[in-house]
Amino acid sequence: MTPVSSKLYTDDVSLLVVLIDTNPFFWNSVKSNLPFSKFISHVLAFLNSILLVNQQNQVVVLATGHNSCDYVFDSSVAQSQNQRAEHLLQKLEEFVDKDESLCREESVDGQGFSLLSGSLSMALCYIQRVFRSGPLHPHPRILCLHGSPDGPGQYVAIMNSIFSAQRSMVPIDACVIGTQHSAFLQQASYITGGVYLKPQLLDGLFQYLSTVFATDLHSRAFLQLPKPAGVDFRASCFCHKNTIDMGYICSVCLSIFCKHQKKCSTCGSVFGQAQAQDSSTPPNPNPKRKTPMDA
Amino acid sequence: MSRQESSTNEGRKFKRGDEDEDDEEDGKGREAWERTYADERSWESLQEDESGLLRPIDNKTLYHAQYRRRLRTSTTTRIQKGLIRYLYIVIDLSRAAGETDYKPSRMVVVARQVEAFIREFFDQNPLSQIGLLTLKDGVANSLTDLGGSPESHIKALMGKLTSSGDASLQNGLDLVHSHLNQMPTYGHREVLILYSSLNTCDPSDIMETIQKCKASKIRCSVIGLSAELYICKYLCQETGGSYYVAVDEHHLKELVFEHAPPPPAIAEFAIANLIKMGFPQRAAEGVISICSCHKEAKVGGGYTCPRCKARICDLPTECQICGLTLVSSPHLARSYHHLFPITPFDDVAPSVSSDPRYLAKNCFGCQQTLLNPGNMPGSRVCCPKCKQYFCLDCDIYIHESLHNCPGCESFRHSKSNGTVEG
Repeated sequence: MTPVSSKLYTDDVSLLVVLIDTNPFFWNSVKSNLPFSKFISHVLAFLNSILLVNQQNQVVVLATGHNSCDYVFDSSVAQSQNQRAEHLLQKLEEFVDKDESLCREESVDGQGFSLLSGSLSMALCYIQRVFRSGPLHPHPRILCLHGSPDGPGQYVAIMNSIFSAQRSMVPIDACVIGTQHSAFLQQASYITGGVYLKPQLLDGLFQYLSTVFATDLHSRAFLQLPKPAGVDFRASCFCHKNTIDMGYICSVCLSIFCKHQKKCSTCGSVFGQAQAQDSSTPPNPNPKRKTPMDA
Repeated sequence: MSRQESSTNEGRKFKRGDEDEDDEEDGKGREAWERTYADERSWESLQEDESGLLRPIDNKTLYHAQYRRRLRTSTTTRIQKGLIRYLYIVIDLSRAAGETDYKPSRMVVVARQVEAFIREFFDQNPLSQIGLLTLKDGVANSLTDLGGSPESHIKALMGKLTSSGDASLQNGLDLVHSHLNQMPTYGHREVLILYSSLNTCDPSDIMETIQKCKASKIRCSVIGLSAELYICKYLCQETGGSYYVAVDEHHLKELVFEHAPPPPAIAEFAIANLIKMGFPQRAAEGVISICSCHKEAKVGGGYTCPRCKARICDLPTECQICGLTLVSSPHLARSYHHLFPITPFDDVAPSVSSDPRYLAKNCFGCQQTLLNPGNMPGSRVCCPKCKQYFCLDCDIYIHESLHNCPGCESFRHSKSNGTVEG
């Protein structure tokens, strides 16, 4: 175990876990705005500034690829100080090569999303290890630098990660560098109390990163950080993938349907009668209506 | 059943077994500060190693073994779960709840556990509802009605902690029955009774009440704090619940928390049904409106019922105006891990891990080294699907909180299943 517990941590020491999106399909599509090399130089400057702000700060970088995820940098592992960037870049290059080789094997049919659920899960495992290291530990947070579109198949896994992060009070910050908003990351930062930001001008990425995401959690309380704009909490139905604001839920598996069905397509339960009518008629004013709501 | 760690003052009253004899002798002349040591039994957390040195018991492998047992019992097969539950917690606040064999008293300990349980319950069952009931002076009082707000339950519970009179199991069950009987049939009706007394003081035949509960498909479970009672055992057997007697506070907590994960859905207990629900949108910031739940004007925040456009402060809830169940999609997603549990990891036998070149050196999840001091392979587990190795801590975290396998999630699922390599 790393000798983290021997250090004396104050309330402004952070552990920043950065998830970098290395999906080649995404970077290929946005080449004109912000090439990957430029993006990495912004990120490197940002990581260095995090380590400068407080010498006890710790940075861990995970690469979120198209076919795999891996750790590429951990500042707590001993290495010479002035070769941090080289070290990171070398590992990142290895990772991208490996990711690419996995890609060729499987002949992907152009699904452009990256494996955010995997890197989020790994980041949370790492953070749990820091929690276990002793009563004094740096305050962890996760920063997702993400651009690829959301992968619909990852919904359950990402939500599981979000709830686990919420339980262990780890905020998930999100900086979206793609062209469209990410509904997953909007929910992630809303539920865990992190910051969600989609920068207008990607040329100034370093400035966005350093002004919004560099401050430790304790100091955040004193800053005016971007407020979450409307987060869409409406669900989409399983049958037509429409976004609905009223629908039917299977009482056994909680699948969402936009129309009344005879049988649940997910779990195969056969539904009883007339519940739909029951709930749409105004409820009779029975005595249990007056629930004790504390004012 | 008797409690192992029953307090010393009871030890003074009754003649106990031989091994307690010297304990009892000591108990008479003990000062308060000595008693704290005797009660905590701090020596039990130490063990002697081969060289005769005292060291703390290695809890890690012990915890891990315990967790494996839990895992095996819970997620052996993919079963349907009762995700919508209506649970009444009945708390015995009779004279017996004032006993101080649990420190500081039974009712305080119970209240503390119930508070933690309520939070855990709503975390795991976001669409379910809880109600609280107390048994005191031979009558049953409704503390809170069924509702989905943990804070209001906890507030009500903490305000009412006094004990007196006798407990009446029948009155409690009758009251629960009258409340639960009007709940929709797709929900699972459950009662959890935390019973301190050794008797029940009933107005009429309790057997009839038990049959009534059975007919209404109410699953009754009892956790006793003193000793086993036939009537409780009978009640649980008849209604399909579980009956346990706690030996100490830690055990009590375990028993209470066993009721937090959703029970398997039993077809005859709850009929599958489609429930109409609304997904309200968050109201725009800075808009002033009167909320329907507190009848107060509030600025910003809040949600709008999609059917009647009433303003609601919190989700999940039932619209006060039109009665529509209102949830948000994360509430539903919170329950999905019960439906798609991840496979338990396999233990890696030390003999397999003899070739150190072949095995990964670090835990795939947290990068912690998997080697014991001296470069010997330590204990580890392996995911049967993605063949990645994990440390024991990660194993527990992954199955108890995260519900994702980082290994499976970080490799694209190929159609030709299972050929991915680390």
